[in-house]
Formats: sequence, structure tokens, C-alpha cells
Amino acid sequence: MAARRGAAYIRPVSSKLRITVVDADPERAHMIVDGLCEAGDFEVTVLGDDTGLARKLADLAPDVVLIDLANPSRDTLEQLSVATGANSRPVAMFVDRSDPEMTRAAIQAGLSAYVVDGLKKERIKPVIDAAITRFHMLSQMRSELNAAKAALAERKMIERAKGLLIQARGISEDQAYALLRKTAMDQGKKVAEVAQALITAAELLK
Amino acid sequence: MKPRLTAGFLPLVDCAPLVVAHELGFAEREGFQLDLVKQPSWSAIRDMLALGHIEAAHMLSPMPVAMSLGLGGLAARVDVLMVLSVNGNSMGVTPAIAERMRANGWSGAFNAPFETGKHLIEATGGEIRLGVPFPFSMHAELFHHWLGALGISAGEALDVRTIPPPRMADAIGAGEIDAFCVGEPWGSLAVETGVAELVLPGSAIWAFAPEKVLAVRHEWCEANPELTRGLMRAIHAASRWLGTPENRMMASELLARSDYLDLSDTIIDRALTWTIQPRPGQIGERVENFQRFHGGAATFPWRSQGAWIATHIAARAGIAREEALRVARACFRSDLYRANLTGTGADMPGASEKLEGALPRATPVASVRGEMILGPDAFFDGQVFDFGT
Repeated sequence: MAARRGAAYIRPVSSKLRITVVDADPERAHMIVDGLCEAGDFEVTVLGDDTGLARKLADLAPDVVLIDLANPSRDTLEQLSVATGANSRPVAMFVDRSDPEMTRAAIQAGLSAYVVDGLKKERIKPVIDAAITRFHMLSQMRSELNAAKAALAERKMIERAKGLLIQARGISEDQAYALLRKTAMDQGKKVAEVAQALITAAELLK
Repeated sequence: MKPRLTAGFLPLVDCAPLVVAHELGFAEREGFQLDLVKQPSWSAIRDMLALGHIEAAHMLSPMPVAMSLGLGGLAARVDVLMVLSVNGNSMGVTPAIAERMRANGWSGAFNAPFETGKHLIEATGGEIRLGVPFPFSMHAELFHHWLGALGISAGEALDVRTIPPPRMADAIGAGEIDAFCVGEPWGSLAVETGVAELVLPGSAIWAFAPEKVLAVRHEWCEANPELTRGLMRAIHAASRWLGTPENRMMASELLARSDYLDLSDTIIDRALTWTIQPRPGQIGERVENFQRFHGGAATFPWRSQGAWIATHIAARAGIAREEALRVARACFRSDLYRANLTGTGADMPGASEKLEGALPRATPVASVRGEMILGPDAFFDGQVFDFGT
């Protein structure tokens, strides 16, 4: 089987490393490509659409594929790492495990890297390192964005709940907030949770 | 503080034993905290398990065998502690192909593997693009067995493609594939959106196919015997709870929650109540043993099940059969099942291997407590697999 895997993919060693980034978000893909270009002279292609992914990858015949760990299309990629008898694959890709520490770091960054069988560790390392750095940046940006969105949503909810209390009980804004906070403390909940419950209840009673 | 254990799962009806063990306190009763993490793909769950980010995983039954054999993207020695579910998949085709099948005289019967298979081959001219969720899956095995017995084998006319379950409906809708085999609720969802018709339940191909398993790293269960025991007991109790018909409504309500499947419970009900709706607007059809969590030794990890999987994987991957059988038998930990579930009321079969496919109907056999009912476990074409110990 090893012979078949090797024979399936032959190219001069001197050629540029071919990398494919699979990501549906053009901005994210752009950031990853930027990071890779800073790290070395590679031939980078982006695949943004999951349709027919296996076939497209077979046509591109990359040396390395970089994909978000959370991308469900990873399973389609997995097909490429299975060399079945009668179906000869143009590429046999494997989850990179040339360096266990690096693999662990990649997974922690949410990155999954597939490399062609037989590719030397020294050639892969700069690619994976650059991708890990970018993935860390991206996940930090994503979590900051999510936190900002959540905070905004919470504030809106508390505003609406205050409005409901002001209307229903004829109290001031400060009193309404104090009431929400006291209820939250009594019930061991967050103010936003109490606000949410109040809004849900009010909608039910409409 | 209670020991904690994290298990990964994919949003499918058959992740139910893990959800029930977590939600209904079966894990707590065994003295540990079970945390569940939803995973986006089978590759992700495999990597998480292999690299030690999670302790246990909901896995396709062939995955631990493939991993232990060093096949696929990432290898590791992984053990099957028990079977989580038996059967539960359906074959679906595009409405256009179903229409052609009907024009050629197909009766549309939902449980007729010979007739439906022949019509599928005829309607597609024998060139079929099939979608399965993973290269190492019971879905792929069932397709190979079904169409293989009808004269179509992989590599010639069978173009098997890997598509994650939540994308299966889109893929068939976009014309990427002609047919799929997928676990519930994704088959029913494809029917609801009008992109596919279901033509055959997996149970019509093999009446007792081990579908999902509870997998852990071999080193982990050797190093953590107490936690392994607690985990197995909690999952067994959850499976027994799921096997009680009165609990089905609550089970589908639990699974419908956003933490798990995040879908309507009426779609989830179909698999749990064995009532499958093959076409939109049609009345649901009762499918015996559509999906089993309990009863008939459903959770017992038969070493012969591992052997069956290994034989098929080895043949396609071109690896030595005897070695594959040895590795796969060692994966299916019927020894741990016996050791850890004795005293829980779980009955134990007299042997740890059986003929696969020998029981056309439910049959009483010798067990540790006297007698237990096994089967049916027959293949549609009557094949019996004897791995002789």
C-alpha cells in the first residue's frame, strides 16, 4: 500500500509547495493566505465552496490542505486519505503528524492540516507554524466579536425588560433596574437571564 | 470533587445514550460528571479522541477498527467499550431517480431490498454516485453489501463519496450524488425538504448492524478502570431507559434541544418510534427494529462484529485479513463489558462471538442467567459470516 501511495503523486522536489486553504469566509481565507505568504514562497489556492470538494482538490493536487477543525467538510477531505484498491487517488493526504507537538498546537488553534504522504517535515513546519499563528488570531477575533455581540444583546434585553416593568408597574427606570437586579440576586441568576425570562413571559401574555 | 469525563458526539438520533446519561443523572449516579461536546465531523471527533482532548466518543462502528489498523487520516489504538445503537440508517435517492424507478415498475415498497436494489441499478444504468458520511462507516459497508450482492461492486460503477450528514440533503439536492445512506434525522430531513425519497431502511440489508459505538483510547481505559466502569454502567442504564417505549417522547424532547440536534422533535420521533416517512406527505411506515438501543444484547460488543468490520475494511484496503481480524477482535472489549456490567441486571450472552447473519428471526439462546433472545440478525441475501475462533 505504501508503494501505491507514493506512486500516486510524483512531482520534482524543487517546485514550490502547493497549499490549498478551504474556508467559506473570504475574509478569513484572505488573512490565512497573507500569513502564509509572509512565511515563504508558496503557491496558495483558496477553495470557498464545499460543493464537489473532493474532485476540486484532486484537480488541484496540493501538497498541504489547511482547513478549520470545525468545518464539517473535513470528512470529505478524509476520503483522500483512504487509498482504496480499485480507485486510484491522485493524492493521498494524511493528518499531519510529523511532529506530535505541532499537531497538538494546530488542533488547539482549531486548525486541521492534511499533508501529502512522504513530504519532509522541514518543508511542512513553516506552513503549519504560519497557519497556527493566523488561526490563533482568527479565533481570538472571533471570540472578541462574539463577546461584543453577546454584551450588546444582553444590554438590549435589559433595556426592554426595564421598559416592560416601567409600563406595567409605573416605576422609574432606576427602580426597574434595581428590581431586576434584586430578583437576579435572590434567584442566583444573571440580570440578563431574569430580563430574558420577563420578556418571554410578557410575550406569552400578549 | 467528582471525577469528570468529556465525551464527544455528532448530532444524530443515535447519540441518545450519551445525552440521556448526562441529562437524566445516570452518570452522576455512577459518581462522575459527564460533559458532552458536540463535534462538527467524524474526523474532528477522531482527532479529539486520538490526541486526548476528549476521553470518550460516539463513533461509527468501523472507525475504531480502522484507527487501530492504522488506516485513515490519524491512527491510534482505540477500544469499543460497548455498542451504542444497532441499525438506524436509510438509503435515499433523488426524486428523479425514484420517478424513473416507478416508471420501470418499482412498487415503491420501503422494505424490499432485492426489488428496490434492482430498480435502482436499472434506473441509474448501474453508474451510481453514492454519498456516505465517512469512508469507514456502516453506511458504506451496507451499500457495498447490498449492491455487491446484486452484482455491482466498488471501484467499477460505484462512486462512493464522503459527505457529512448535515450536508447530505444539500449534496443530493445539488445533484452531486444520486443516492445516499445516512443516519436519522438527516434522511427524514431530506424527505421534508423534498430533495430525496427514502427507498430502504438499513435494517432491510442487515437486520442487526452495529451502528455507533462508545469508543475510548486503549491506554485510557487501561489506566482508568474505575471511570471506565462508571461510564459503561451509566451508558448501559441510559440505553435501557431508551429501550422503554414510554420514554420515547421525553427522549425526542431531550434530543431536540439546541445543545444536541437543534431540530423539531417530530422529525426525531420518526427514528425513535420506528415510523419512517419515505416520501413527503405519505403516512409513516412502521419498520421493525429500525433502530435499537437495548434488548437482544444490543449494547454487547460482539468480537465477531469487530471481525465482520475488519474483513471488509481489510479487503478494500489491501491489508492482511488475519492480522486485521486479530486487531479488530481485540478492539471490541466484550471482556470489559462482562467485568463491568455484571450485577447491573444486564444479561450476558454465553459466548463473545456469534455467527453474523445466522438468525432470520428472534431466537432464544443460552445466556449467563439462563436464556436471552437474540436476533433477528440476517442479511437480506442470506449470507452468514463465520469467523471461527
